[in-house]
Amino acid sequence: MAEAKHDAASHAAAPLPWTEIFEWAQALLSGGLILTGAFFVIAGAIGILRMPDFYTRIHAAGMTDTMGAEFILLGLIIQSGFTQTSLKLLLIAFFLFITSPTATHAIAHAAHLSGLKPKLGPYQAPDLDDIGKGDGS
Amino acid sequence: MKYALILGVTLAAYWLTLSGYFHKPLILFFGVMSVLFTLGLSARMKILDKETVPYVYIPKTLSYFVWLFNEVVKANVAVAKAVLSPELKISPSMIKVPTHQDTDIGKTMFANSITLTPGTVSVDMEEDGVLVHALLAEMANPDDFTEMGERSGWAVGEAIDISEPKTNG
Repeated sequence: MAEAKHDAASHAAAPLPWTEIFEWAQALLSGGLILTGAFFVIAGAIGILRMPDFYTRIHAAGMTDTMGAEFILLGLIIQSGFTQTSLKLLLIAFFLFITSPTATHAIAHAAHLSGLKPKLGPYQAPDLDDIGKGDGS
Repeated sequence: MKYALILGVTLAAYWLTLSGYFHKPLILFFGVMSVLFTLGLSARMKILDKETVPYVYIPKTLSYFVWLFNEVVKANVAVAKAVLSPELKISPSMIKVPTHQDTDIGKTMFANSITLTPGTVSVDMEEDGVLVHALLAEMANPDDFTEMGERSGWAVGEAIDISEPKTNG
C-alpha cells in the first residue's frame, strides 16, 4: 500500500509537457472550428445553386453569413491567442453579427417592394431521370 | 455628461484596440483628438442619449447574443440538412409574426434576429407585425417566434420577464 502511494507520488512529480498539450489543444480546437465554418460556407454555396427562387436562395446565403463566417472567425481567434489580433477579430465577428442580417433584409425588402412574388408551398427537387425528357417542367 | 464620459471611454478603448499604439506620444495625441472630435460632433448633433450610448443594456444584450447564437446554430443545422438532402424538401411560406415590442430598437432587434437565423428572413415591417419568409415548414409557425420576440425586447431594456420557461420548444 505504501509502495503504491510512493509510485503515484513519483509519477505525478514527472513534469507533463503542458505547453505542448496546450498548443495541441489550441490547434485542434481552432482547426475544428475553421473546418466547421468551411463546411457551412460550402453548404451555403450548394444551397444558392440548388434553391428554386430568389427568396429561398437568400436563406442559403444566410448560412454563409452566420455559421460560416462566425465559426471561421472563432477558429482564428483561438489560433491567435490573447493578442490584439484576436480582439480585432472579435470586433469583426460582433459587427458581422449585426450588419449581415441588415444587408440580407435590405435585399429581401428591395425584392418585395419591386413586386417579386415568392414561390410558395411545398417544393421538391426534380428527379434526375425526369430532367431532359422534355415534359415541359 | 455621463453619456459623454462613457462614450469617450468606449471610443478610446476602440481606438486602442484597432491601432495598438501605446507608446507613441504623437499618435496617441491624434487619437485623443479624434475621440474629442467625435464627442463634439455627437454633442452638436444632440445624440448623446440612451440610444447612442446603451451601456445599461450591454450585459443583457451580450447574454441575449449568446442565446441567439445557440438558436442560429440549431437553425443552421436544419437548413444545411435540407440543402444537402437529395430531395431538397422545402416549403417556402410568407407568414406574419406579430411584434409586441414597444420601442423602435426592440423591433429592430427582433427583425434582425429573425433575419440572422437562417431559414427565416424578415421581408417587410408593418404596423403590427413583421412579414417573414420562412424556408422550412417547421419554421413557419408564428407562435415559435414568441420567445425570440420577448428575449429581444428584454435585451434592449424593455420590461419583459423572460424567467418563465416557455412551453413550446
